Amino acid sequence: MTTPRIYKTEAIVLRQRKLGEAGKIVTLYTPNYGKLDAVAKGVRRPKSRLAGHLEVLTHTMVMLAQGRNLDVVSQAQAMESFASLRADLHRLSRALYAVELVDRFSPEGAESYHVFQLLLATLRRLAAARNVDTVLRYLEMGLLSLAGFQPQLAHCVRCERSLPAAPNHFGPAAGGVLCPSCEPKVAGSRPLSLNALKVMRLLQSGSFGEVSRVRIDPGLGQEIEMHLRAYLVHVLERDVRSAAFIDRLRREDFWQPAGVSS
Amino acid sequence: MDVTPSAAGPVVRLIEEFHKLPGIGPKSAQRLTYYLLRAPEEEARALAEAILEVKEKITFCSVCQNVTDRDPCLICASSERDSSIVCVVEEPLDILALERTHCYKGFYHVLHGVISPMDGVGPEHLKVGELLERLKDGSVQEVILATNPNLEGEATAMYLGRLLRPLGVRVTRLARGLPSGADLEYADDLTLTRALEGRQEMS
Repeated sequence: MTTPRIYKTEAIVLRQRKLGEAGKIVTLYTPNYGKLDAVAKGVRRPKSRLAGHLEVLTHTMVMLAQGRNLDVVSQAQAMESFASLRADLHRLSRALYAVELVDRFSPEGAESYHVFQLLLATLRRLAAARNVDTVLRYLEMGLLSLAGFQPQLAHCVRCERSLPAAPNHFGPAAGGVLCPSCEPKVAGSRPLSLNALKVMRLLQSGSFGEVSRVRIDPGLGQEIEMHLRAYLVHVLERDVRSAAFIDRLRREDFWQPAGVSS
Repeated sequence: MDVTPSAAGPVVRLIEEFHKLPGIGPKSAQRLTYYLLRAPEEEARALAEAILEVKEKITFCSVCQNVTDRDPCLICASSERDSSIVCVVEEPLDILALERTHCYKGFYHVLHGVISPMDGVGPEHLKVGELLERLKDGSVQEVILATNPNLEGEATAMYLGRLLRPLGVRVTRLARGLPSGADLEYADDLTLTRALEGRQEMS
C-alpha cells in the first residue's frame, strides 16, 4: 500500500527506546499499517507536547510524516490511556506481557487489523476483568490462530484418531494433543488433563464472553498456562521476557490484589 | 562502518571507538578523530588520562550506590544533611538534577536502572537489596520514590512501595502534573487528572 506523505492512524504503543539527546523511537501497532517504528522528537524533555500521548500501553491517534528512514510523529492525541492498568502492578505486568507477545508475533508492516482489535480488546479487558490470566490465555490462543500456529486440539496430532475422554498429552513440538498411544513416541510432551483440554478448546473457538463464564481454579489455570507457554516458546523460538515478572509477582504475592483472582 | 579505506589503521580504529559512544554518528566520529589528530599532544594525552582515571578511580558509594571517587561519597559523608529522608532515583544523573534545585537536603539511593519486564530487567538487577539493608536500622523515616513518571518508572515505584510500606517507613512519590511553561491544550488526560488531584490552595 502506498502511504501519503503525511498520514493519520490509530495506534497502540508497544515499546519505546531512547534516541539521541531527547528523542525516542516508539514502536506502534496500527490497524492498517501493521507494526511500525516512528521517531518521536524531544519526548524526553518535560515540556514535550507528545510524551504523555505516546506512553507504552496507550491507545492513541497519531499523525505521522514519512521520513527518509523512519516516519516521524508530528502530532499525537491519547484516546485511552488505561489508567487502571497503570495503577495495579498485577494488571500492569499482564499488559506488558500482552504487548510484548504482540510485538514478537508481528513482523514489521504485516497486515494487522484483527491483531490490533484483539490487542485493544485485551487491554480493555485487563483494565477491568476479574481474572486477568484468562484474558492472557485468550490473547495467546487468538494470536496463535491469527499467525497460523493454531494448535491441534480436535484429534490426536499424530495418528489423527479422535481423543479418548481421558487424560492425554500435549506436545509443543508436535503442535497439538497426543493420544495415550502416540504420546510415548514423541519427546517433550506433557500430561494434559481433560478439563484443561476442554478449556483450551473453548479458548480456541469460543468468544471471550463464553470463556470468562467458565470457572477456572488456580491449578487448572496453571496447567493451561504451562502448556500454552511451552507452545509459544516453541513457536517463537524464544522466551517471552515479561513472563518472568508475572511469575515473580505471584511468588512474592505481597498482597491479594483487589478484584483479581489468579 | 563506512570509513575511507585509504585512512591509516590507527585513525580507523579511533573513528570506530568514537562511533561506539552514544549520540556519535559516523560523521561526528570522523570529525572528532581528525580534530584530535591536529590537536597538540598534551590535549590528547589529557583526554586519554581522564578516561582511564574515571575507569580506575570511580566506584560505587557503599551507602547510596552513586558513582564516586571516595567511599562514602561527598553527599553521604555530609553531616549537614537530613538523615531521616532517602530519595530513590534511577540513575546518578538524576541526583545532579535534584541537587540543582538546592531544595532537597536528605540523602539519595541510586537504583542503577528501572524495572522493565520487556527487556528482562527485574528488581533483582537493581540496587533494591542495598536499599532494604539501609532501612533496617530504622533511622530513615521517609523514602521518596523519584523514579521517572513513565511506565517503567511507575512500575518500579509501585513495586518498591509494596516492598517498603510493611517496614513502617513513610513512602512518598514525587508529584506529577504540569511542567512550568506548559500548555494545557497539549497536556494528556493522565497528566491533567494528576494535576487536578494534586491541586493546591493559593497562598
